[in-house]
Amino acid sequence: MNIKKSKEDVIHFIFLILGLIAVGSVLVITVYLVISGLPAIREIGLVDFLFGTRWASTAAEPEYGILPFILTSIYGTAGAILIGVPIGFFAAVYLAKMAPRKVCSFMQLCIGVLAGIPSVVYGLVGMLILVPGIMNVFNVPDGASLLAAIIVLAVMILPSVINVSLTNLQAVPRDYEEASLALGATTTETYFRVTVPAAKSGIFTAIVLGIGRAIGEAMAVMMVAGNVANMPSLFQSVRFLTTAVASEMSYSSGLQRQALFSIALVLFFFIMLINATLLVIKKRSQTV
Amino acid sequence: MIQPLSNKRKAWCAIMKALCYLSIGIVTALTLFMLIYVFVKGLPEVTWDLLSTSPSYLRHTIGILPDIMNTVYVVIATLVMVLPIGVGAAIYLNEYAKNRRVVELIEFAAETLSGIPSIIYGLVGMLVFCQFLGLQTSLLAGSMTLVIMNLPTILRTTQEALKTVPQSYREGAFALGAGKWRVIRTVVLPSCINGIITGCILSIGRILGESAALLFTTGFAHNLNGFFEGLRSSGATLTVALYVYAKEQGEFEVAFAIAAILVILTILINLATTFMGKLMERRNGQ
Repeated sequence: MNIKKSKEDVIHFIFLILGLIAVGSVLVITVYLVISGLPAIREIGLVDFLFGTRWASTAAEPEYGILPFILTSIYGTAGAILIGVPIGFFAAVYLAKMAPRKVCSFMQLCIGVLAGIPSVVYGLVGMLILVPGIMNVFNVPDGASLLAAIIVLAVMILPSVINVSLTNLQAVPRDYEEASLALGATTTETYFRVTVPAAKSGIFTAIVLGIGRAIGEAMAVMMVAGNVANMPSLFQSVRFLTTAVASEMSYSSGLQRQALFSIALVLFFFIMLINATLLVIKKRSQTV
Repeated sequence: MIQPLSNKRKAWCAIMKALCYLSIGIVTALTLFMLIYVFVKGLPEVTWDLLSTSPSYLRHTIGILPDIMNTVYVVIATLVMVLPIGVGAAIYLNEYAKNRRVVELIEFAAETLSGIPSIIYGLVGMLVFCQFLGLQTSLLAGSMTLVIMNLPTILRTTQEALKTVPQSYREGAFALGAGKWRVIRTVVLPSCINGIITGCILSIGRILGESAALLFTTGFAHNLNGFFEGLRSSGATLTVALYVYAKEQGEFEVAFAIAAILVILTILINLATTFMGKLMERRNGQ
């Protein structure tokens, strides 16, 4: 009996360890990013690093200001949200409430495919369609720009915005809608004035998830944004936080390399902010 | 008496409805455009020569067989490592854990992991696996990075599946005198195998599409190796190869050929998950 008991204890312990691997991974990632990110910030100075407007890591007198990257990431994400969220939101309302069942399941398959297409494929299509397109339509010398990145990101966040909103819209109790219809509201009014407000926190979650995806995307942006460290402007070549890390990593050394880790640390900070927001939304919707 | 709708209300309804139709139209058009464009440009380039050879500088030909094999190796290596960890963690959370705090901590960690962008995984993977553990840029280091990335996926799908196993199954087995481990092994796990398979399919999809995390951990060599030899050496997966061919070498034909293959795989994976979902629904309905 004792042997059996101790065997069960050992197995329990093994499963506990397997469970804690996720926790350990988060700790390792955080610790490694902080340890490798801090030295450069200390050397350059936090203010010069975060608010310096010039990035010239390979110049004779290198400058490491990442304000252009931070602003580009914020503008790029904001632009993608501005375009992607309304489209995603209305599409989700249609799928949740108005679509015939067959259309809905077919569209869900489409959205699944859209979500699964690798980001490099979006980058490739963007490179060959968007970049020349922007160059011709707006008559600018190079189409690889913030605008191209915004459009690609808007497309890439669509599936997650639609899917999360859809799930939450479908979870609204049918009684709410029936009460509204009985009071004389039209179906469209009911969907937008009753169902949508009831699914508010879920839709907000969808937006925050979209922000997270947009700010973290690297490869597709790298292929269409041109990668020059300019201050953000719609028709100029720009560099995001993610692409700043990716584009110089392979040949960097010394302080330049350490500065790249610091950029990753700043990016990580943004992501943690987004995660915290998600947690707050979740807590609040649970208590209500 | 029934009052007719005021014009203002009518207009508002019409606009909202129109916006809905417009949005879904845009989404449909986008999907179709992506698929058709990639297939039209890519499928004609997918030839047997391309699929079955290695690139040769002497003959100036490009083949993607090494990249295909590398992708297969990475998928296998990642799944072999992530399955025990993810399924084990889910079992712990659902079957063993009694302390609410520990459960919340693990779930919070998994949620955090799923929010971290792949470029950060790539960076930390490079620091930890390639440099600290001395694996160099190799497929193994890349796979280990992907293990952490895919851990939340496997954990969540397994956990969902475990929750659907009726409590009476466990109680029945306990009543027959089976130990906890035996119950899990012989009763609980077999009844949630579909959920685990779904998790695997989702993970394969993520691994196939991943590029940023692999760029610095697996590198981009195009050498054809066996499985174990391959794990120890650097090599590009299909996505990384696409990026290198398109961005660095301007070989758009090859890039589109790879894109077409990846999109086909994406569609297959989506069909498979939909099928698994229906299968599970039917089973749970019974």
